Amino acid sequence: MQQTEYLIVGASHAALSALQAIRMQDAEGSITMVTRDDALPYSPTVLPYVVSGRSAPERVALKDGAWFEQNKVGFIRGAAVTALDAAARRAKLSSGEEIAYGKLLLATGAAPILPPIPGLKDVKFHVLRTLDDAMKLNKALPNTKQAVVLGAGLVGMHAAENLAKAGAQVTVVEMQPRVLAGYFDAEASSIIEAAFAAKGVELLLGAKVSRCETAGQGARVTTDTGAVLDADLLLVAAGVAPVTDYLAGSGVAVDRGVLVDDTMRASVDGVWAAGDVAQAKGFYDEAKILNGILPSAVEQGKIAGMAMAGDPAVRPWPGGVPLNTYTFFGQQAVSVGSQEAGETVRKEADAKHYLKIVMKDNRLTGIFGINVPFDPGVMWEIILRRIDLSSVREAFIKDPQKTARTIMSKTWR
Amino acid sequence: MGAFNTIAFKPEHCDGCNACMTACATAKTGSADIINSRIQVVADGDTFELALCRQCGDPKCVANCPAAALAKDDASGVIAWDGSKCVNCLLCTVGCAYGGIVYNAAAGHVVKCDSCGGDPACVKACDRGALTYLTTANIYNEVGDLEDLFVPGLAGCQGCNTELIMRHTLRRIGPDTVLATPPGCVPGMGSVGYNGLTGTKVPVFHPLLTNTASMLTGIKRHYKRQGREVNAVALAGDGGTADVGFQSLSGAAERGEQILFICVDNEGYMNTGMQRSGCTPFGAWTSTTPVGERGKGKTQDAKNLPLLMMMHNCEYVATASTAFMEDLYAKLDRAIDASKRGFAYLHIYSPCTTGWRFPSAENIEVARKAVETNFVMLWEFNPRDGLRLSRPLDEPRPIDEYLEALGKYRHLEPEQVGHIEATVRKNVEQIRGLAEGRRAAMA
Ligand SMILES: Cc1cc2nc3c(=O)[nH]c(=O)nc-3n(C[C@H](O)[C@H](O)[C@H](O)COP(=O)(O)OP(=O)(O)OC[C@H]3O[C@@H](n4cnc5c(N)ncnc54)[C@H](O)[C@@H]3O)c2cc1C
Ligand code: SF4
Ligand code: SF4
Repeated sequence: MQQTEYLIVGASHAALSALQAIRMQDAEGSITMVTRDDALPYSPTVLPYVVSGRSAPERVALKDGAWFEQNKVGFIRGAAVTALDAAARRAKLSSGEEIAYGKLLLATGAAPILPPIPGLKDVKFHVLRTLDDAMKLNKALPNTKQAVVLGAGLVGMHAAENLAKAGAQVTVVEMQPRVLAGYFDAEASSIIEAAFAAKGVELLLGAKVSRCETAGQGARVTTDTGAVLDADLLLVAAGVAPVTDYLAGSGVAVDRGVLVDDTMRASVDGVWAAGDVAQAKGFYDEAKILNGILPSAVEQGKIAGMAMAGDPAVRPWPGGVPLNTYTFFGQQAVSVGSQEAGETVRKEADAKHYLKIVMKDNRLTGIFGINVPFDPGVMWEIILRRIDLSSVREAFIKDPQKTARTIMSKTWR
Repeated sequence: MGAFNTIAFKPEHCDGCNACMTACATAKTGSADIINSRIQVVADGDTFELALCRQCGDPKCVANCPAAALAKDDASGVIAWDGSKCVNCLLCTVGCAYGGIVYNAAAGHVVKCDSCGGDPACVKACDRGALTYLTTANIYNEVGDLEDLFVPGLAGCQGCNTELIMRHTLRRIGPDTVLATPPGCVPGMGSVGYNGLTGTKVPVFHPLLTNTASMLTGIKRHYKRQGREVNAVALAGDGGTADVGFQSLSGAAERGEQILFICVDNEGYMNTGMQRSGCTPFGAWTSTTPVGERGKGKTQDAKNLPLLMMMHNCEYVATASTAFMEDLYAKLDRAIDASKRGFAYLHIYSPCTTGWRFPSAENIEVARKAVETNFVMLWEFNPRDGLRLSRPLDEPRPIDEYLEALGKYRHLEPEQVGHIEATVRKNVEQIRGLAEGRRAAMA
């Protein structure tokens, strides 16, 4: 049986960031990385651009074979972990092989949720999470005249834009009354919605799909608002859920995701989890949340790797902050922090611009903009450090980018 | 991974002229609009702050990029952006907590500093001295892999400059060396060893204070006769060089012996309890020039040892400081080379935390101030080209900045400071005269 000191399951952002952190501390310990994709590591986030053809599939690899060699990592691709014996510290692969490990990182991310819509299982549809998914969509693109996208989250919106750019008539169906409800309020969302409407994308908001059936080569979708949509391409983008099926019977505690403490340790000795698969403390209250975004995966992976390698510089997870950047039809929307955790101290919106600043006790809790420049990374750090802004409050509200840069330069540059 | 060059910002020299931003914007976009500058100086009242990519060692922008469009260049250390891969997702700007990579509306994508391929336009445009391009990393890349020829754990004082000098010089000179270390801090901290083991990885011997240069002469001649090419090097304190050791030194220099004599000048006999030497400057406290009701520190000026050595018409003479390592290394190279033809003498200033009384973390700053106030001048000499200044003597910083940094000058009265100022002025004129004399002679 193969033995390895560190076993990393998954090969995306959380996994790679953990690997790098381990190698910073432990140059020699044996590392094995296993991924179910038969591909070099890539990011799900780049996939909309693989769909559109902007990114060639062979150019999106985050690391290559030489890198694994240089870092002395055994890279096993095209093999999923199917079962875990955490007491014996062994993982079973879909190839039938078993691997004995000293320390294990679960970085298996998330996978699309299929909503319980009558008939969905019987029609042809697409999802978008893996490179395979993206290449299938890319292939279907030229023959797509009418596309229906279920869900107006980031995945759905990215896909809708690219389908529209490829010339398809696109309809997005969303239960919520607005798009990207997790990141933006009604005014901000309406700027985004207007941009889509201007490009001919139809948004059916506050509508639920009640039935799917096969119609010709494609699918027919019926909503509870009475709309009937014919689609030669149906994309289900109704959210994601952590991939934890292989943990059944392992003793690793799973709620919605793998429950972890502040150094990403799971409930069982020798096991850590990071990224979309992990359920870790939120920043605004202590409850454990899913915060399925790329920057969190990078950060959690680093913490997990440092903890696994016994790096004394490891700092506890400060808590998940919702944040995102969203580019649509050449415009930029940025969302950092919570809309609800404080009171709005500035808000203005016109057809093209939007800025909202939320503070609590003179501390920033959130800042949201469309086509307004500020540095999201600097804002995130200001939130995490709970910096008291009382002495610069007016300046911050007036010119957040400049004031934040000054704070950064004085405090941590 | 090697060490890399970097752009350094000294806000105290910045006056907000924006020349750097104009230069950057022009170099990168052809338009002078500072909104396009990759370096952003931010005024905060009377002071200035900076947002600029740090070319991180563990770059979060890279880790956050889903498209592999960002990568650290192994050779330059610059985080390079590949426009053919970028998908404009802006996640790099979430990762960066320094405002180092930002979306630029005119360009329609993220932009960041690329150090202009090693010749940054902003630095060239800054004539206030606020921006400098530090290339000292080259030293590390060149010599980082060379073996440290002293053992770990030498018992120098905390923050000792002499230990730095020892390790740096021998590492560069290399293992084909016989080392002489007359009594002083160099052997005192353990380089000659204990119980039959040496503190060096090269042969080392411990001559008397008086005969270092003559013993080294004998050793060098012996090896030469055997047909072996060996560096004969002395690492001596200023007492062992300027006072007790001077007659043998002067003799070896006059005979043109092929040795390299390095004086580690900490301005006194520090190892034995901080007594004055011929190199102790006027006004300085030492244990034999005490400060009290009558005493006010040393009452004579220091002798100018490197100038004395120059008058021997040695093959090579130079002064150096650990605050200017590139200069020090270049001089070391020339000194080693010269010692194959004749006598080479290198005078390295070594601020002494214990004997000069300043915090141990400030050694290099003290060394820097000594040079920047012209208290110490950096120059080199060879018989063909005469004396050449290594850095200009114009616009020195006020001498007070140096004197106030040191406990050994704390008692100084205004007349004493006046005397020191006059001495520095005189020394500067003397060296300047020699440097200009060279020019005149060569014209
Ligand atoms: C279309 C799309 C757009 C997105 N856009 C954004 C965005 O704009 N901003 C943002 O912040 N986030 C975005 N995300 C989310 C972001 O991609 C994820 O948060 C991030 O990739 C999480 O990284 P991870 O390493 O935790 O997991 P994942 O990236 O999901 O990687 C999981 C890894 O585990 C492997 N794996 C899974 N199960 C097994 C198993 N049983 N055995 C072995 N290997 C297994 C997979 O092959 C993969 O390598 C987007 C996601 C998608 C799909
Ligand atoms: S852009 Fe930011 S994160 Fe990236 S190297 Fe520069 S300072 Fe570091
Ligand atoms: S904007 Fe470009 S460089 Fe930045 S993270 Fe996205 S793809 Fe990478």
